[in-house]
Amino acid sequence: MSAADTWEILEVGGLVTVQDAGRAGLAHLGVPHAGWLDAPAARRAHRLLGNHESAALLEVTLGGLRLRAGAARWIAVTGASCEVRVDGVARGHGVAVWLPAGAELRLGPALDGVRSYLAVSGGLDVEPVLGSRATDTLAWVGPPRVTAGAVLPLGRPAGAPRAVDVHRPVRPGPLRVHPGPRADWFAPDALDRLCATTYHVAPDSDRIGLRVTGAPLTRVVEGELASEGMVLGAVQVPPDGLPVVLLADHPTTGGYPVVAVVDVVDLARCAQLRPGEPVEFRRA
Amino acid sequence: MARNDDDADARADGVRLVPFGPGALLAEVGSADAALGLALHARAARAPAREVVPAATTVLFDGLDDARAHAVVHEIVSAWSPRSALPPGETVEIPTAYDGADLDGLADLWGTDRHGVIERHGAIEFVSAFCGFAPGFAYLSGLPEGLAVPRLATPRPRVPAGSVALADTWCGVYPTASPGGWRLIGRTDVALWDAARERPALLAPGTRVRFVPR
Repeated sequence: MSAADTWEILEVGGLVTVQDAGRAGLAHLGVPHAGWLDAPAARRAHRLLGNHESAALLEVTLGGLRLRAGAARWIAVTGASCEVRVDGVARGHGVAVWLPAGAELRLGPALDGVRSYLAVSGGLDVEPVLGSRATDTLAWVGPPRVTAGAVLPLGRPAGAPRAVDVHRPVRPGPLRVHPGPRADWFAPDALDRLCATTYHVAPDSDRIGLRVTGAPLTRVVEGELASEGMVLGAVQVPPDGLPVVLLADHPTTGGYPVVAVVDVVDLARCAQLRPGEPVEFRRA
Repeated sequence: MARNDDDADARADGVRLVPFGPGALLAEVGSADAALGLALHARAARAPAREVVPAATTVLFDGLDDARAHAVVHEIVSAWSPRSALPPGETVEIPTAYDGADLDGLADLWGTDRHGVIERHGAIEFVSAFCGFAPGFAYLSGLPEGLAVPRLATPRPRVPAGSVALADTWCGVYPTASPGGWRLIGRTDVALWDAARERPALLAPGTRVRFVPR
């Protein structure tokens, strides 16, 4: 890699992190899985560029990004739609875009959804930590948060970009749930109540969990649950009764009872729900 | 083998396997020592799970891709007895400066003085039962019920890295500075967590631990 095969980050709006498919097999050491939240969108960006599916890219949250390309590469932006400009010229979302050496790339704020994915041909070649380039925002395992001034090394392009790929934005709809291991800690109709309530996405939602406001669930078993292992999509219910859907950076163990588990297919919806938007649950 | 995804599969000797969504099973075994034993057994038996996570009274088997993987986990759990002895783990010594802010409070709780606290704590062979809370933070079992310690009513906003602390019947060492409600007994310079090390967590589940006064 020459020194020029890098991106220089000029400006970030919201949270920007390097992500890949995540860090598996280390939950027993307390290491969160991390990885992209909207997996179908991230994988589509890699497919558009002929990248390996395990390559690393940027997850850009809400506020956009500006960077200077040190080397010419194909790029692709997927996920939440946003303006894509190369040296000020509008380019497409969900297609391969040529980014010449020295050009400035600007992603505008998300127009719908929350998280856009910016992939580059060859992937981002930051140093892997424990077998992954994903940034975990709970314990900050992995590459550091991407901030202005950061210089990100680019990998060697492996394949040619594709002309087209099916752009399939996240469809709105309820989150399908399976019964959780501690559903019996709640009133017998808790799952029905969960599925009959319209919640709204709380502004403190993040990569650790999708938090909601709405009618609290009622617990019937008092006392503390001994800490137990947690899974992606687990719907944990803290003492305030408001469900939290655990996302990629969730703690590996938790002490709040899990009433339900969101189907893995609907986690991409969780990734793109904006604060204030309604969210409903349905039995899978 | 017979399996029912909707209901917990109860077994005669008290181990229950409960579905945790479509891709995971939670084994309820009743104690941290049993959870550690089952987790080590399942790893040795190459359970087809992406994650095997022991905790205070359970073992989570996550990333079970299909019915076959579920069935194999059921078989592995059936073949394990809560009475089987733990395989001998490696012993790690933690040189400890016993100067924690809660040392005098602990002495009062235990009806002894500072030396008595150090002596009792140093005499115990702890076992890392499980990790959680933070990468490399091990819940060390071994403190007898009679020495159980209540958590602080108000957690400290910042506990320094390397702090050796007690809560309930657990002992733990903070890998990084963080908020915490455990009672501080001392501190160590040993690195509990180093992502660049071949074994990033010093106290992986199953490790035996002794604290040596420094």
